[in-house]
Amino acid sequence: MLKTVTFSVFRYDPEKDKKPYYKDYKVELRRPGMMVLDGLNQIRWEQDGTLAYRRSCREGVCGSDGLNINGVNMLACITHIEDLKDPIVVQPLPSMPVIKDLVVDFTDFYKKYYLVKPYLITKTPPPSDRERLQSPEDRKKLDGLYECILCACCSTSCPSFWADPDYLGPAALLKAWRFIADTRDEGADERLEIINDRDGAWRCHTILNCVEACPKQLNPTEAIAELKKTIIHRKF
Amino acid sequence: MAIRHKHDVVIVGSGLAGLRAAVEAAGRCDVALVSKVFPTRSHSGAAQGGIAASLGNEEPDSWEWHMFDTVKGGDYLTDQDAAEVLARDAPRAIYELEHMGVPFNRNPDGTIAQRAFGGHTRNFGEAPVKRACYAADRTGRVILDTLYGQSVQKGIRVYPELSVMDLVVTDGAVRGVVAYEWATGELHLFHAKAVLVATGGFGKVFKTTSNCFANTGDGAHMVFRHGFPLQDMEFIQFHPTGIYGLGVLISEAARGEGGILRNRDGERFMERYAPTIKDLAARDVVSRAIMSEVREGRGIGGRDFVHLDLTHLGKDRLEERLSDISSFVRIYLGIDPATQPIPVQPTCHYMMGGIPTDVDGRVLDAAGNPVPGLYAAGECACVSVHGANRLGCNSLLDLVVFGRRTGRRILEDVSDLSFTEAGGEALEACRERIGRLKERRSGERAARLRQRMQQEMMEHCGVYRTARGLEKALGLIRGLQEECRTRLVLDYKGDRYNTDLMEALELESLLGLAEVMLLAAQKRTESRGAHYREDFPERDDAAWLCHSLVYRDGDRVRYATRPVSITRFQPKPRVY
Ligand SMILES: Cc1cc2nc3c(=O)[nH]c(=O)nc-3n(C[C@H](O)[C@H](O)[C@H](O)COP(=O)(O)OP(=O)(O)OC[C@H]3O[C@@H](n4cnc5c(N)ncnc54)[C@H](O)[C@@H]3O)c2cc1C
Ligand code: SF4
Ligand code: SF4
Ligand code: FES
Repeated sequence: MLKTVTFSVFRYDPEKDKKPYYKDYKVELRRPGMMVLDGLNQIRWEQDGTLAYRRSCREGVCGSDGLNINGVNMLACITHIEDLKDPIVVQPLPSMPVIKDLVVDFTDFYKKYYLVKPYLITKTPPPSDRERLQSPEDRKKLDGLYECILCACCSTSCPSFWADPDYLGPAALLKAWRFIADTRDEGADERLEIINDRDGAWRCHTILNCVEACPKQLNPTEAIAELKKTIIHRKF
Repeated sequence: MAIRHKHDVVIVGSGLAGLRAAVEAAGRCDVALVSKVFPTRSHSGAAQGGIAASLGNEEPDSWEWHMFDTVKGGDYLTDQDAAEVLARDAPRAIYELEHMGVPFNRNPDGTIAQRAFGGHTRNFGEAPVKRACYAADRTGRVILDTLYGQSVQKGIRVYPELSVMDLVVTDGAVRGVVAYEWATGELHLFHAKAVLVATGGFGKVFKTTSNCFANTGDGAHMVFRHGFPLQDMEFIQFHPTGIYGLGVLISEAARGEGGILRNRDGERFMERYAPTIKDLAARDVVSRAIMSEVREGRGIGGRDFVHLDLTHLGKDRLEERLSDISSFVRIYLGIDPATQPIPVQPTCHYMMGGIPTDVDGRVLDAAGNPVPGLYAAGECACVSVHGANRLGCNSLLDLVVFGRRTGRRILEDVSDLSFTEAGGEALEACRERIGRLKERRSGERAARLRQRMQQEMMEHCGVYRTARGLEKALGLIRGLQEECRTRLVLDYKGDRYNTDLMEALELESLLGLAEVMLLAAQKRTESRGAHYREDFPERDDAAWLCHSLVYRDGDRVRYATRPVSITRFQPKPRVY
């Protein structure tokens, strides 16, 4: 007999359920190293096709399957079942509107990402027939910033993000700093103006949930601290 | 009722090919992106290793060497006019990406850093050359984020999480698409003057693959259903180094940085198969070498995998250049690549074949004429720059070079194309297709049928093929198609994010394409590039130096061939 674990999964179909409920499933551990996503797939493919969740790359790069697993936000595809306490409680990312079961609406999260202008802003034209130069040291400043996969694990773990619907949140702020820290970018003023708002950087109370939640080991809190320093320095 | 939209250009798919075309055309005409997954979740983001261009930043290089490598890598099935466009335009394309903000790794002098990659050589095959530009091992992801940022800046309209189900075709011209919205279950009818199909690869036909769940070939299958041909579908790349048992990719960058393949005796066996460039030979060569070692009992512990050894590279180099890969290995296998070798086996990775186009992304019909209003770019298209086997780092390049060209061509054409009110029939057909699936009360789940297909295709249409195996697989696939029509059942019949329905629709695409692959593989009685027939082990230029086409004519399947463009390099035996 194969060892099994229990998945207790959040279920909600707004079309027919009055309120959310949890449903228990047994997942067989068929090989070592199975991930939570493998467990969800097993449920959906073999037991209950009504369960909805997002997934695509199954290797932690696309950012589709951020979920709240045993109370912590993480990517289902790179979280080992064996590392978790049985039963495994699987919920959608907190504070986002539920479309169905584990699928949440990212509209608001993306809106905040657009607000910080997530693209390089330049005024000086680049050389016409070659790359702009950037020293390896300057390029290194982007490490720990550019790797964000927009999974929303951080923002949806942030109490300020839950409490204040206008707070930009750690993901958007990290993105803003990724561009401001880029020696090629000339859009700092535009971005800082948006961020200086009380719903920008100042809503962060350094609670650090976001750092703990990030599956890419990024540090939004540090980025937010840099943003605050820069704003004060520029005396907006 | 359906929701109706009107856009000059509808781009189906928001991977790098779709985004690059969109960014080119936007501003000068009304562009919409319709995509099954949110743009930044497209599979282009999984590309790790790099993007090729003869910048010559680290050592001398030239676009002609790059072109030659591309042609030779493709076992001379590459269209040389297209390969010339690719190799010549590559440096410009990389500078452009840098200008857009891609955070490439840098050299001490501030130029873009480059590294070696399989099949890319100096001076027409002499020795490996550093041609791959990269951002650690996240190259695809950073380009995807950058191009998506560009599309945000340009205000391009995106319809995320809508799957296109069909093309609207009237009088041989494409006039729009029908799409299904996952969040609501609503059908949308898009009227357009031009439709660009950029739906990516379809590795999900196979059991072991590096591809994501969304890579189901919906676009290519749609085009095929309308009687347009698919080209070179027998050429399916198996990447040598998938993580054993999972198929998750270990980028060739690992060997580019010095990684070595070893068999059970610890022998560096590639020295026997490719004496000059060894572990960095073209992918089909290395995959076959691994399978030969396994067949001859020299797999690790006599089993079906070999070792990729990175232990001599040192912790720092692994951390700096291959950090995502190192963490994959730690996560999936629980081993540290700095101290232990990685068990690997070939994994289905890339489709060289697809929707035939010219160098401007115009889709060609069986007679070689452009189909009005229809364009294709990216992995779903076949230009053909990759011939019988794609070189690493040439796909990302293909996406941005031909994505841009296609965007430009659409801009030129769009004033001559017009809207129609057509689409009602296609819409009804889609509605019925969904209705039929939802009505059935009992039968087989899509997952079961899919697993049987994947198993069979892996066994008989993989690295090695035979007439018997292909025949057997074809029988099974046709049986599964029949089951799909008569027995496929959904657990969930609702309208809200019905992933059960999504997988059912995708299965139809996968089975349709699996059949085309088998037919094309049966037909080609030679071995070339990734297509290896044990019963015809030699390359046969006299009979088969040509592209293959498979298309549907009513209920019949027809075949045709198309000549290969040969301009600079005459076919030669391929040795590495
Ligand atoms: C793990 C891995 C690593 C790789 N590494 C490299 C590398 O280092 N260098 C390199 O050059 N190449 C690499 N490749 C190959 C390269 O990444 C792919 O060939 C390329 O990204 C394909 O891009 P695309 O734009 O054609 O499609 P994708 O990026 O796959 O995008 C397809 C798009 O189509 C959409 N779509 C699909 N079906 C539908 C539908 N029915 N309706 C609407 N939208 C739809 C999807 O939502 C998606 O947006 C790698 C591939 C893999 C799998
Ligand atoms: S550190 Fe700031 S952004 Fe992060 S969780 Fe706390 S309040 Fe939110
Ligand atoms: S910072 Fe980390 S947790 Fe937040 S969106 Fe990016 S990758 Fe996800
Ligand atoms: S499926 Fe892509 S991050 Fe988990």
